[in-house]
Amino acid sequence: MTALLLEWTIKIAVLLGVLMTAVAYLTLLERKFMSWIQLRVGPDRVGYWGLLQPVADGIKMIFKEDIIPLEANRAVYLAAPAIALIAALMSMIVIPYGSQVNVFGRVIDLHVTRMNVGVLYVLALTSLGVYGFVLAGWASNNKYSLLGGLRSSAQMISYELAFGLSMVSVLLYTGTLDLASIAEGQSGWYGLKWNTVQFPLMFVFVVFYIAALAETNRTPFDLPEADSELVAGYHTEYSSMKFVMFQVAEYLNLITSSSIATTLFLGGWNGPFVDRFPLLGLVYFGVKVLALILLAMWIRYTVPRFRYDQLMRFGWKVLLPIAIINIVITATILLLRS
Amino acid sequence: MSNYLPVLLVFVISILVAGAILILSRFVGKGRPNPDKLAPYECGVEPVGNARERQSVKFYMVAMVFLLFDIEAVFLLPWAVVFRGVLKSDVYSPLKYIFYGEMMVFVVVLFVGLIYVWRKGILEWNR
Amino acid sequence: MRGETILFVVFAVLALVTALNVLVQRNPLYSALSLIGTLASLSAVYMTLRAQFIAAVQIVVYAGAIMVLFVFVIMLLNVPKDQPQVEKQKGLRYLAIPFAGLLIAETFTVLQRLPARSMPPLPASGGDQAVGTTWSIGTALFTDYLLPFEVTSVLILMAVVGAMVLARREND
Repeated sequence: MTALLLEWTIKIAVLLGVLMTAVAYLTLLERKFMSWIQLRVGPDRVGYWGLLQPVADGIKMIFKEDIIPLEANRAVYLAAPAIALIAALMSMIVIPYGSQVNVFGRVIDLHVTRMNVGVLYVLALTSLGVYGFVLAGWASNNKYSLLGGLRSSAQMISYELAFGLSMVSVLLYTGTLDLASIAEGQSGWYGLKWNTVQFPLMFVFVVFYIAALAETNRTPFDLPEADSELVAGYHTEYSSMKFVMFQVAEYLNLITSSSIATTLFLGGWNGPFVDRFPLLGLVYFGVKVLALILLAMWIRYTVPRFRYDQLMRFGWKVLLPIAIINIVITATILLLRS
Repeated sequence: MSNYLPVLLVFVISILVAGAILILSRFVGKGRPNPDKLAPYECGVEPVGNARERQSVKFYMVAMVFLLFDIEAVFLLPWAVVFRGVLKSDVYSPLKYIFYGEMMVFVVVLFVGLIYVWRKGILEWNR
Repeated sequence: MRGETILFVVFAVLALVTALNVLVQRNPLYSALSLIGTLASLSAVYMTLRAQFIAAVQIVVYAGAIMVLFVFVIMLLNVPKDQPQVEKQKGLRYLAIPFAGLLIAETFTVLQRLPARSMPPLPASGGDQAVGTTWSIGTALFTDYLLPFEVTSVLILMAVVGAMVLARREND
């Protein structure tokens, strides 16, 4: 038992370190990528090629003044970014980053734990993440924050349905809620077993990805927190590290959604020669997640923002019916094939 | 069963991380508060009115419809997970059309609900 | 004591404490947040009973949807802090004590009637016989419990229609 506990703690600590560094360097990647698309260079003064920029930003943020508004509801105000961050961090334990490695004779699975309700766990954490935003908006005692928080959470719950229902289509195929099994089930056949390639699921991938972008409040769905609308939405009154916590939570949500999309649709850690060199699984996983994140960033710099009513209309009238119809079609196809 | 303990572990570790960040922020970012900084931010003008005013009922309706469709999704989940197993298993496969049909009835009833909400204009955000 | 028993006791106590906190708090939002804590503790209790699917669904539906509705409503109504609590009928609080006593007596009677031995052994983890796993819930729901399931869909439809009618009457 203690060996297991130690293994978990080490894995979680490693994952925490990797994810936090990834979030920090994603901010740099975002700015660099945005600059290239806009035909400019981007941050390159701090460190070679701008690589120390996140460090500089982090240090600056730590030393900024910590302002708590006078009338703010102090306990909830401080707890809200913590809730957002915790909900974002907790989903890292179910994602399969690879298959298994053999370290000094001990077989280590490249995921922290294997839950037989892994997909539901992710869905539960997404549902709980909504509270971080709505409570932040309310606790700031600022009417724009409240409105931004309510709008942001209304948006998140609207797209959460499409998010969950598109996963149901995949579950029809996989027959299990366990993410590690879903990743294993897509191995072999040179990528032809990946869930995106299966006939009805390629459309669900699009639905899932769009719903994931809306869940993580990324453009084109970022009206509640955009700079020119509602001041800055729910994080108007947050300064210094509390604001950083919200940004970290947002990028972590992006990474998590991309990881879930990779596991469910793109075959997770599968790739050529992964059965001989299990560590290659990590590489393939990282590449796929990075590809999805770059796609999200690309969409951000290309597509204009949705107006809020267009956003809600799209989520309820377009994505939700498509997800439901897709479930019906997938089930029919499976029934007819049997 | 013991593979659910890491949830508790990661929860505790995340709380510690979040708490450490908040404490760091409090002690390192010591500030010089003055009334302007502590007042609610309204793009630089004086704040007008109370923040605790009534908001629109649209949010309630969105949350209500979300709740009902979330319950539907929760019923869809075990069905989807066992569907393929049912199609293959010897015990249940004679019932496969019934299995499929039951859920289709459920989905149709709820789709009717969605159409009702649609036609009533609940899903229009700018009435 | 086995680990599961310790965890069960911890989460049961947490559930009780948060539930009491719901009653004690003056601010309705704090009560709602305590209720979320109660539901999360209950989910952990389900987990110790090896019903992982139900535990996860409890969070997704109850703590993640129903409580979001509660929180939205509390924020929409925005009861100001300064309104004093006006007690319309003072006699009611004296009626509460005998009714509470009646409830406690009933609970004791029910608990006394339970068999003296402890709970039946927990189902083995894994395997088709386990209750609360996805396979057993999925198959049972569509075979033994088919009628309640279909009635649930009609019930949800009724709830949709009812909620929309109630909410719109004030708007139009």
